[in-house]
Amino acid sequence: MSATQAASDESLIGRIAQGDRLAMQVLYGRHHVRVYRFALRLVRKEQVAEDLISEVFLDVWRQAGKFEGRSAVSTWLLAITRFKALSALRKKRDAELDDETAAAIEDTSDTPEVAVAKKDTGNALRNCLTRLSREHREIVDLVYYHEKSVEEVAEIAGIPVNTVKTRLFYARKKLAELLKEAGIERGWP
Amino acid sequence: MTANDKELAGPGDIEALLPWRAAGTLSAEETRLVDAALANDPALARQYEVIKDELAETVLLNENLGAPSTRALEKLFGAIDAEPARGASQASGLMARLGAFFGGLSPRTLGWAAAAAMLALVLQAGIITNAVVKQSGGYQTASSTVSTAGTRALVKFKSDATFDQITAFLVAYHGSVVAGPQAGMFTVKFGDTALSAKDAEQLIAKVKADNIVTFAAATQ
Repeated sequence: MSATQAASDESLIGRIAQGDRLAMQVLYGRHHVRVYRFALRLVRKEQVAEDLISEVFLDVWRQAGKFEGRSAVSTWLLAITRFKALSALRKKRDAELDDETAAAIEDTSDTPEVAVAKKDTGNALRNCLTRLSREHREIVDLVYYHEKSVEEVAEIAGIPVNTVKTRLFYARKKLAELLKEAGIERGWP
Repeated sequence: MTANDKELAGPGDIEALLPWRAAGTLSAEETRLVDAALANDPALARQYEVIKDELAETVLLNENLGAPSTRALEKLFGAIDAEPARGASQASGLMARLGAFFGGLSPRTLGWAAAAAMLALVLQAGIITNAVVKQSGGYQTASSTVSTAGTRALVKFKSDATFDQITAFLVAYHGSVVAGPQAGMFTVKFGDTALSAKDAEQLIAKVKADNIVTFAAATQ
């Protein structure tokens, strides 16, 4: 995200703090898709992810006056989203949302094995990305898709900077293992 | 540290930064260090190529997750409506109505189409926002900036008209939506100067003949 947009986001938060609904709509329009996708990758249920984004932005509406601008607004949004997603997962741990046993997001890609047979390594890689643990999915998405720095990921996930680096490293190793099981060798590790 | 992090062989300092180098989120100094290491270490360079593939597929995977339905927006503003009022500005009932209108034009669409439509909505909202800020130096509602001159008409667009088409229509006719939708129709103001009855009639006829318009009639 550009510095201009970050400053603009902060300006919107200032207006939201004063009860400006238009500013709220602009902020929502700017960020809701990424917030939704981050939530969906965590909870794996579209309905739940949609409910979460309403809650996230309602929190923004309520808490905008307390935003101090120490981090980017997008980082703040993802941190709120993560907190709410984990709360939802905890509430439903024994039900349909159990992280490891839930039916995954509708996955239109082939299994890694089928993708390999089709020589479609990209498809296989995407499939394996959906099979990572919640913690690994989260960090991969934050770094690769949401373009968050080491420090920002640390803030969102509430872990030390060095843990951020090692967690992503092991997420990547796990990804390589899953691909290897599917018959794909990428030359690393 | 969690079970996921409990491994023996960790990454080297530079190796650990490769994903952020690929994402372009390192500082200039870190970027310089990583690039120097990549130039001198073929194994690191090979791993970097693998990382670039991972990044590309992660982006593709996320982009294919689609977008939420308008239900989330409706739920949010329903909740906001229930909150105690605060602040000086209660701007933009118009934008809310526009959002609801465009949300209602098409069925729930996951993917690029929905994202693009919302982007267009946001761009327009941004333009209006900037206009409001520039003109007032403070907070005013979007509707309060609309002048009363100009020719007004009730306009109904085809149900399959896209946001881009409607935007192009408004630009072509120097129009701006000042109210609606009510019964599927918007009140559109054309131009900023009053027209003679004959000119206004010709303008409305032209609008009515536009291929994305199903109904147009002069109004006050």
